Amino acid sequence: MNQPRSSEGMSMIVKTVCGWMKAFILLYGIHIILYGHLTPGGGFAGGVIAASAFVLIVLAEGKTVGLKTFSRKAASTWDSVGVLVFLVMAGLGLVLVGTFFVNFWVTDESAHFTLFSSGIIPVCNIGIGLKVCSSLYLVFVVLTAMHFALNSNSKGEQP
Amino acid sequence: MTEILVALILLMIIGALVAIETSNLLYSVISIGAVGFLLSIVFLFLAAPDLAITQMAVEVITLVILLRAIAGSDREAVSDHRSILGTVVTLAMVLILAGFSVRMFADPDFPKFGQPVMDRFEDAPSNKYLRDGLEETGAANIVTAVLLDFRAYDTLGEATVLFCAVVGALSILRRKTKKHPDEPDEEKES
Repeated sequence: MNQPRSSEGMSMIVKTVCGWMKAFILLYGIHIILYGHLTPGGGFAGGVIAASAFVLIVLAEGKTVGLKTFSRKAASTWDSVGVLVFLVMAGLGLVLVGTFFVNFWVTDESAHFTLFSSGIIPVCNIGIGLKVCSSLYLVFVVLTAMHFALNSNSKGEQP
Repeated sequence: MTEILVALILLMIIGALVAIETSNLLYSVISIGAVGFLLSIVFLFLAAPDLAITQMAVEVITLVILLRAIAGSDREAVSDHRSILGTVVTLAMVLILAGFSVRMFADPDFPKFGQPVMDRFEDAPSNKYLRDGLEETGAANIVTAVLLDFRAYDTLGEATVLFCAVVGALSILRRKTKKHPDEPDEEKES
């Protein structure tokens, strides 16, 4: 909490609240992703909530700190990793059982309503969560970059 | 129940009209956000918490992106004359929809509000998912079971769409080119 704060971004009040809140928002997103097969939610909703935590960091702390926390390159990598996890799970069904996207790891009745149940569904949820989180963050970062570019252009034209 | 839904949908229609008609861009974006949050409440009343969570989260992100995009911009709304063709098409669509609704609700076989359409068929896929979903997938949340097991192809398509959208946004909106623009253009095909 005592790290030096850069001048960009919003006011100190917003930065302090962001420092408290960002971990909880991220944790809530991860909880929604991990428990997607038991409670309402899932990869998409949890990924959007997790992305909103990073969007909050970019908005409150400014672009430099935000991109240091979750850089564009890392976001692109995690984006691809999420899709790959989903596709590998689908392909494993094809390889092991013979049907694309088959749930090849069905759990028996004793595992119902526990976290480690329902085979590949939680793994696919994690993949989709990673994908959606980094995708939306990337879109946000790219759009704000365009916004800054537009603003600097218009300021340059009107001295 | 139905009264609450009708009230919420009326509020949504009012919000959408405000979003179209107002001349201030900020008011317009806020009205769109109100429409989205009301839709989330509608989903809650229709017993669809998965959709409500997703709608709420997506609405927050969309609102932030839209607000960020219009913040500090001095763009003004352009008021234009409404073309006669547009009015005619709108009236025709409203008339056709009204005609269809009258025909539909007059039909005695039309299912009641809140009753699944496929309920009358014993072997319909939706009934099978509800009956055997837990045993076949082990997932307690039937929505996730349908999304990631029975209908995983749709989710794969959705992931593909999102991936292509991000790749398109990244390649169109990037700020620096890969090659210096003064260099001679060697690879025109790529």
